[in-house]
Amino acid sequence: MISLKINGKPIQVESGTTILQAAKQLGFEIPTLCYHPQLEPYAACRVCTVEVKNEKGNKLMTSCNSIVEDGMEVQTDSDAVAQARKINLQLLMAQAPAAEIVSEMAANYGVGDTAFLSENAEEKCILCGLCVRACEQVAGTSAIGFANRGKDRVVTTPFDVQNEACITCGSCAFVCPTGAITMDDPFGREVIHDEMTLGPDKAITVPFMQAVPNAPAIDTEACIHFKTDACGLCAEVCEPEAIDYSQKDEIEEVEVGTILLATGFKTFDASRIAKYGYGKLPNVITSLEFEKLSNASGPTGGDILMQDGSVPKSVGIIHCVGSRDDNYNKYCSKVCCMYSLKIAHLMAEKTGAEVYNFYIDMRTPGKGYEEFYERLLEEGMHLIRGRAADVSDWAMNEDEEGKLVIRAEDTLVGAVRRIPVDMVVLAVGLEPQPDAEEIRRKFNISCSSDGWFLERHPKLAPVSTFTDGVFLAGSCQGPKDIPETVAQSGAAVAEALALIDRGYVELEPNTAFIYEEECSGCKTCIPLCPFSAISFVEDKNVSEINEALCKGCGTCVAACPSGAAQQHLFTDEQIFEEIKGVLSYV
Amino acid sequence: MSKPKVGFYWCASCGGCEEAVVDLNEGVLDVVEAVDIVFWPVALDFKRSDVEAMEDGEMAVCFINGAIRNSEQKEMVEILRKKSGLIVAFGSCSHMGGIPGLANLHDKESIFNRVYHTVPTIDNPDGTIPQVETSVCGTTVELPEFWDTVRTLNQVIDVDYYLPGCAPPVNLIVGAVTAILEGKLPEKGAVLAPDKALCDECDRRESKPENLCIDEFKRPYQIIIDEEECLLAQGLLCLGSATRAGCDSICVKGNMPCTGCMGPTSRVNDFGAKALSAMASVANANDEKDVKRIIGGIADPVGSFNKYSLPASYLHRKVRK
Repeated sequence: MISLKINGKPIQVESGTTILQAAKQLGFEIPTLCYHPQLEPYAACRVCTVEVKNEKGNKLMTSCNSIVEDGMEVQTDSDAVAQARKINLQLLMAQAPAAEIVSEMAANYGVGDTAFLSENAEEKCILCGLCVRACEQVAGTSAIGFANRGKDRVVTTPFDVQNEACITCGSCAFVCPTGAITMDDPFGREVIHDEMTLGPDKAITVPFMQAVPNAPAIDTEACIHFKTDACGLCAEVCEPEAIDYSQKDEIEEVEVGTILLATGFKTFDASRIAKYGYGKLPNVITSLEFEKLSNASGPTGGDILMQDGSVPKSVGIIHCVGSRDDNYNKYCSKVCCMYSLKIAHLMAEKTGAEVYNFYIDMRTPGKGYEEFYERLLEEGMHLIRGRAADVSDWAMNEDEEGKLVIRAEDTLVGAVRRIPVDMVVLAVGLEPQPDAEEIRRKFNISCSSDGWFLERHPKLAPVSTFTDGVFLAGSCQGPKDIPETVAQSGAAVAEALALIDRGYVELEPNTAFIYEEECSGCKTCIPLCPFSAISFVEDKNVSEINEALCKGCGTCVAACPSGAAQQHLFTDEQIFEEIKGVLSYV
Repeated sequence: MSKPKVGFYWCASCGGCEEAVVDLNEGVLDVVEAVDIVFWPVALDFKRSDVEAMEDGEMAVCFINGAIRNSEQKEMVEILRKKSGLIVAFGSCSHMGGIPGLANLHDKESIFNRVYHTVPTIDNPDGTIPQVETSVCGTTVELPEFWDTVRTLNQVIDVDYYLPGCAPPVNLIVGAVTAILEGKLPEKGAVLAPDKALCDECDRRESKPENLCIDEFKRPYQIIIDEEECLLAQGLLCLGSATRAGCDSICVKGNMPCTGCMGPTSRVNDFGAKALSAMASVANANDEKDVKRIIGGIADPVGSFNKYSLPASYLHRKVRK
């Protein structure tokens, strides 16, 4: 341990600590411009200058890169220090007259103007090298560096030529103290921007606020470490050392007796309905994006803000986006009416905005739901019965100028209306997961025509499937709200437990089978089996039916071109004999 | 010991089956070595009276090719049945009706009308059509009666064995003759060919995908046919999966799809229905529109699926009104 005094206060720090770090521990502020705790100190700006007294006498030193020594006495605020900083700041002001942070810092030291000659009044760069170090040490790319010497020194790309060595990570712009660096990619690649985003804004993030487990994950596509093998800042700052870049997705095989499918749904992609302008017009958002805005731990801290940061004064909520629509999904997504009413209520409560709901039918069955609807009516919500035709930013009069205009037929009034609003929320419907068909095949179950997993029987076996031991929980079976999901999933769990308790499944006797010596290996039957019970045996060149999976539907038997597939209880001979038997009475 | 006597006869057929016998090349000498050919009107001059003069069962075996579609053919095969120990239906036409069997989509009247009146190249100013009896110069001459319906051989007489194919492959003929000579015949009524479908012996079978889905059926002239890949996977209506093996996939080797001349395996009763069912199963159709489009791409469905087997099918012929 090293003992020293800072501004007369004694402190013990580990050897190798810089004066700046030691002063920080004691709570003494030392101004810095070119310092960043994650980067090697460079002592370029020299505003962190302090006065050090040791056996050799008094000396001015830059605190960011000076290592403490035993018996050191440091003054962070002496007259000499103030004088040195004043001169350094004047020099920096001359170098970068447009750098506001420098003039502000100078003002703190009573410096209003620089005595030195300035070459470029627009210059913001103070040549502190933070960007160069970040690019080298964090991004690992060294896409930018210093060129020339003396007064000609600049930060630039190699040979001053734009090239694709830059990975557009934005680290340089992030660390730049004066805002001298802006992001723009001449190669058309996406660059890191400083606009507020409703999606994930970091390469390491908790997928969403209520995620279980509530742990962050790394997006390896976006992470600098996976691009250049550099950075690693998150691992450096993570105290429990929980970050392990070597972790990989693993496939584990687990043998189980029953399977609960709870793959859920996906929300309708609102950009598919071009006339609502999602993805093109600003401030047209989906209901889930509203949830993110409204969330107290969300990007806006729960404030409903528009893209320019202001609060909307009028909002339109369009129901049935992608639902009850012959062009998209014919079914009712069931949850949107209620969540739209909730959004309307929250919107009015949080922003005081005028809220317009555009609905086809208000569907509010469920305990307390109709009452909530009644309450909203009393709260003065505007409810317009009619599907919204389109959303545009085309103003027909002064009131519509700068607004989003929703055009809809109000079927209760019997007229087409144009409602100008600041923000539009699209109540997107529910859709089956895009890989539902693949999952269905994997688990040998069926899908309804809409793509939702099909239960064995809507009343008699509502959580079972056509494959014994596979049960359905939640909205993978069809749109459901939360109470219904909880109730139905409970039933699925109970069914699964009952089967585990019994320990066996009963098979039907009418399974299909293949005469191995007669099968030509034509593979016609294999893709037809809705239960994936047929596999191809390469070495024998025949198809084989797993009778435990076979449900006796007979599809393969009907399709088998050479009659090698037959079905117990339904062989051709049996059927013909039955026909003969019946006809014998004629 | 005298050599067994053998006869060959043809009914409604193209003559290709007779060619198949000739295709034995010098092998025919071995056959002649082992048997006496006592009746073969195509090759040698025999009269009906020669057959009638035979003892019942005098011939060990008679190979009959061609479908039965007139009274003379019926009479002849009935005589041959009497004179032969074994009757072998030789080739697709006697086996299942063959290409002449497609006449069952029509009847005598419409066929005569077409052939003697409306074919563009016909020159028949008097509109003459064949008559069973005609008076010429005071005498009455007879022609066999042409039937409305084409029949398979076994719909007319009892048949012991079948040699399938259009025409039957030489190795199957040799195998059948050998089996007869050695007395190693299977159960009566058997088809003297392997009882598996053609895919089993097809060189392209490995290239057939497990999840075959056909978006569009194509005809051979519409595509450049790959010489290695499964023809069905290329969208060609190859019926190999429904057709009995034994031909050494000669058409597929020639880069043409199997049309099913060898008929079905022993477990299938109706070749056309089974083949249609199999092809419908691989069509990538999700709704009625798709079904119409894909199946609509099959030109002449009856002629495709029942090319050789309409008289032997459950449908048998077009319904007469």
